[in-house]
Amino acid sequence: MSEERSGNIGDAQRRGLVGDEALPDEPAAEPAALGDEVSSLRMILTLGAAGALAGLLIVMVFNATLPAIEAHRAEAVRLAVTEVLQQPARYEALSVTEAGLVELPREDVQPANAVLVYVGFDEGGRATGVAVTAAEAGFQDIVGLIYGFDPQSGTLLGMKVLESKETPGLGDKIQKDARFVAQFAGARPPLEAVKRPKGEEGEIDSITGATISSRAVVRIINNSLERLRPRIEAHFQEVVR
Amino acid sequence: MRQTTPQQDLLRGLWRENPVLIQMLGLCPALAVTNNVENSLAMGLATFFVLCGSSLLVSLCKRWIPGEIRISVYILIIATFVTVADLCLAALLPDIHKALGAFIALIVVNCMILGRQEAFASRRPVGRALLDAVGTGAGFTLALVMLGGTREVLGSGSFLNVPLFGPSYEPWVVMILPPGGFLTLGVLLLGLAWWEERRRERVKAGGVPAGADMEPSPALGMSLSERASSRGDAA
Repeated sequence: MSEERSGNIGDAQRRGLVGDEALPDEPAAEPAALGDEVSSLRMILTLGAAGALAGLLIVMVFNATLPAIEAHRAEAVRLAVTEVLQQPARYEALSVTEAGLVELPREDVQPANAVLVYVGFDEGGRATGVAVTAAEAGFQDIVGLIYGFDPQSGTLLGMKVLESKETPGLGDKIQKDARFVAQFAGARPPLEAVKRPKGEEGEIDSITGATISSRAVVRIINNSLERLRPRIEAHFQEVVR
Repeated sequence: MRQTTPQQDLLRGLWRENPVLIQMLGLCPALAVTNNVENSLAMGLATFFVLCGSSLLVSLCKRWIPGEIRISVYILIIATFVTVADLCLAALLPDIHKALGAFIALIVVNCMILGRQEAFASRRPVGRALLDAVGTGAGFTLALVMLGGTREVLGSGSFLNVPLFGPSYEPWVVMILPPGGFLTLGVLLLGLAWWEERRRERVKAGGVPAGADMEPSPALGMSLSERASSRGDAA
């Protein structure tokens, strides 16, 4: 704020106080130029100076707030990953590529085909599961979620919706309904959203009033896993940290 | 230009000329983000901050802003404060920032803020401009919290996320959906208009001249006539 009124600050306050406080409603307090001709150069200079000062201020605030904002983002990812991998001892961000689960950048790998996943490890350094983010259209807008998958048992470890604009009170239960969310831990993909579960593996009991959102969650996980599963299963055993 | 006292400048925006309930300005955020008290309060305070900062700066710099480009400069000042508020909210209260989404950025086009710059801050001393901004910003926050409170209590059965009615309460889901905003605002305005009419009738019955206490359509009438007269003064 103070940057924007640098320069003539003393002058401004002096004139402002004398002119305004003494005679609050005099025409002298009007904006300078209702009626006067103002040169284009002055307008350009005024706008240019105001823009430059505004830009300076924004850059300063941006730099000051960036560490906190990035920390919040990293914390959100950490919470989501540890939740869907059922509290691993630690986890690492690796990329699923044709060469296996590797750390990028690597010279022999095309980064375009790589998919970033989070691999969780137990105390002994054995990989216990893979957390994958995926996003597709839901009922209102894109639904973004993260799910944990254990390639050894072939079951899911958990699911958490990260981003959705589904209808409050109905569709947003894919995020808030604990019973719906809990079904994903232990489910065996490919999943199927059903209205009356018969107790078969891979069945997800969809939410009444939010069938489309429930199906969207199931479809997102199925499609993502279909693409990644062969590569993850082929190379999962190699990852030891 | 009509003479006003500092007290009037401060208190006017709070209720008698409340930006949302009387002037009907800034209705987009008032309808869009008031599905609970927390969001309403955050939106109100963000707008309060932007309004105070902008009024202060516009009033300070009014002498150097040529009339032809004043709207551009006001918008630039408002947009700068909005960006600052957006970044600070993201850094300090990430959950609320996520819930408000694009509506923080849309404070830039809240006509209430631009209206206070054009009608008041650009032609008054700094102190008065700040008083007016504080009053108007507080009035906006008050109106949003009234809407958000009603909608949260009925639509979620809670106030500030504290459950009120226990598990047997069936929430009126429609109240936290967009139609609930329109319903709540409509009922609130109906109630205010009914109350105002009764008050006027009482004043008439009591023989007190209505004009002494109450002016018809105070907010818009004032700012328009004020503008007209101030332009006359300048010419």
